Amino acid sequence: MTDAAVEARGIVKTRGQGAGQITALKGIDLALMPGELTLLMGPSGSGKTTLLSVLGCILTPTMGSITIAGRATRDLDQEERAEVRRSHIGFVFQTYNLFPTLTAKENVQLVLDIRGTRADKAQRIAANALAAVGIADKAASFPRDMSGGEQQRVAIARALAGSPSVILADEPTAALDGCTGRSVMSLLAGIAKERQSAVLAVTHDPRTIPFADRIVHIDDGCIVSEERPQSTSSPR
Amino acid sequence: MIFTLGLRNLFHGGMRFVATVVGIAFSIMLVMVQLGLYQGFAQQVTSMIERADADLWVVRSGTKSFEEASLLSGRERYRALVTPGVASVETLVVGHAEWRKPNGGSVTITLIGSDPQRSKLAPWNVAEGDAADLALTAAVVIDRFSLDLLGVRGRGDKAHIEDNMVRVVALTNGIRSFTTVPYVFTTTERARSYVGAASAQSTHLVVHLAAGADVAAMRARLVAVLPDDEVLTRAEFAARSRAHWLSSTGAGVTLLAGAVLGIIVGTVIVAQTLYASTKDHLGEFATLRALGSSAGWMHRVIFWQAIISAAIGYGLASVGGFVIVRSTSGTALTIVITAELMFILLLVTIGMCIVSALGAIAKVVRIDPALVFVR
Repeated sequence: MTDAAVEARGIVKTRGQGAGQITALKGIDLALMPGELTLLMGPSGSGKTTLLSVLGCILTPTMGSITIAGRATRDLDQEERAEVRRSHIGFVFQTYNLFPTLTAKENVQLVLDIRGTRADKAQRIAANALAAVGIADKAASFPRDMSGGEQQRVAIARALAGSPSVILADEPTAALDGCTGRSVMSLLAGIAKERQSAVLAVTHDPRTIPFADRIVHIDDGCIVSEERPQSTSSPR
Repeated sequence: MIFTLGLRNLFHGGMRFVATVVGIAFSIMLVMVQLGLYQGFAQQVTSMIERADADLWVVRSGTKSFEEASLLSGRERYRALVTPGVASVETLVVGHAEWRKPNGGSVTITLIGSDPQRSKLAPWNVAEGDAADLALTAAVVIDRFSLDLLGVRGRGDKAHIEDNMVRVVALTNGIRSFTTVPYVFTTTERARSYVGAASAQSTHLVVHLAAGADVAAMRARLVAVLPDDEVLTRAEFAARSRAHWLSSTGAGVTLLAGAVLGIIVGTVIVAQTLYASTKDHLGEFATLRALGSSAGWMHRVIFWQAIISAAIGYGLASVGGFVIVRSTSGTALTIVITAELMFILLLVTIGMCIVSALGAIAKVVRIDPALVFVR
């Protein structure tokens, strides 16, 4: 038992059947620690997004175990996995995945509503979350009226509104310009520190490296190296 | 938030949503008109029975409806009259005859022969003339609605029933048969002569009981003294007439089939729209699932969409139905829409929309949250 927010052991994920079967993850061991921003880097097709999906209880591993906030997820059914996601995990997607018919504040409130938070409390938390990411003034704006950076901030506000122990971000800067991308990464790093959340960002954007506490390199379904930018690299 | 998301997603559909609510409105209007016609038909079928206000009816055995009665022997009235507890017995002669128009041609009519002084089936709702004039020689009373059909223009016009000359002395308003066969009112005596009945014969006895008499007990007594005939309560006779015209003739089945068709069409329209809307927003549902939404939460979004569609469609249908009822009020089509029918239609609309939502829900149930990572 460790203090890790997420602990993955021996994760294998195969896809397809027969001759077309591929093994996307080949025995991954990974622990995400509270207060750390971890970057998961690797070439296209290396298994980054598959690993993110498995760690986020969206995909079930073929072999191995995942523990999230101390809860083993191996034998959970679909509804129980959904419950783990809404209780412990915040997601940030590359294309933001905001609801176009809802305002920024409503997008954040939505994630609280699915948790069963009372409407008045949800409104208060949503307003605070938008303020925390610096776009309180956009609360009543619809996604179509916001820039990419602003939309990504709404997505981050949505992810942190439920005070999750883990935030999983899939290419959070890919659709953003350099300056906006850096401010988004700064925001994620700050959230990790201030809220003691474990943040994992899948990326192949080198501009994100200065914000990382730890960088995990993955290739062909295996973790090939792990480094801490301010400390010693430890190739595996 | 569920309601907000459901509502905004529906409105986000633009013209498709408009088409949906119009589709629901038309299908519910179809159901409303069909059921309204059914109710109107059922009401018209028994209007004479209800109007007569009898405690008990005596008719020949096997009589199927008010209009289709055979002649009684003529002795029944006296047997009934001497039965303790009977206050009065009125004779009616109802039958079909040929009306020959003054300018040629003929139509079949339903004669209603009654005592113009005492019977409740003497012409009512008299719009022109005086029903008491029915006592005059060869007098008949017809409804305004039947003027063209009977080939006459109004009071004073003459025609023939079988070979007997008759004269229109008064016009009623709104006394119409549910068939195209018009009612013609006359006296009991003249009706007998037109249908070839003997002087004491009638087709119906309208029995009024003494105050406080027990209807069931009196019915049993009359059955005992009139073993060859049928003694029916008002409700029994009305039910029998309704059953004959609505079931045996197929008219009721046709109207109900139209209503069922409306429900099916409406269900398909709503199902198609909700399914298409869900498919359009599949990415959002996948996001919801990825964010940890329970299946039940997503189902409620779709259910709300169904309920919202139902409410708007029902509102439009109510307005449309009101217009149809108003515009057909002066025609042979009697559409009766009651508060009970409107309540039933509301439940039907909601039920229809919820059933329609099942396809969309099945789609959402199978949704893979990993879709959020598909680029």
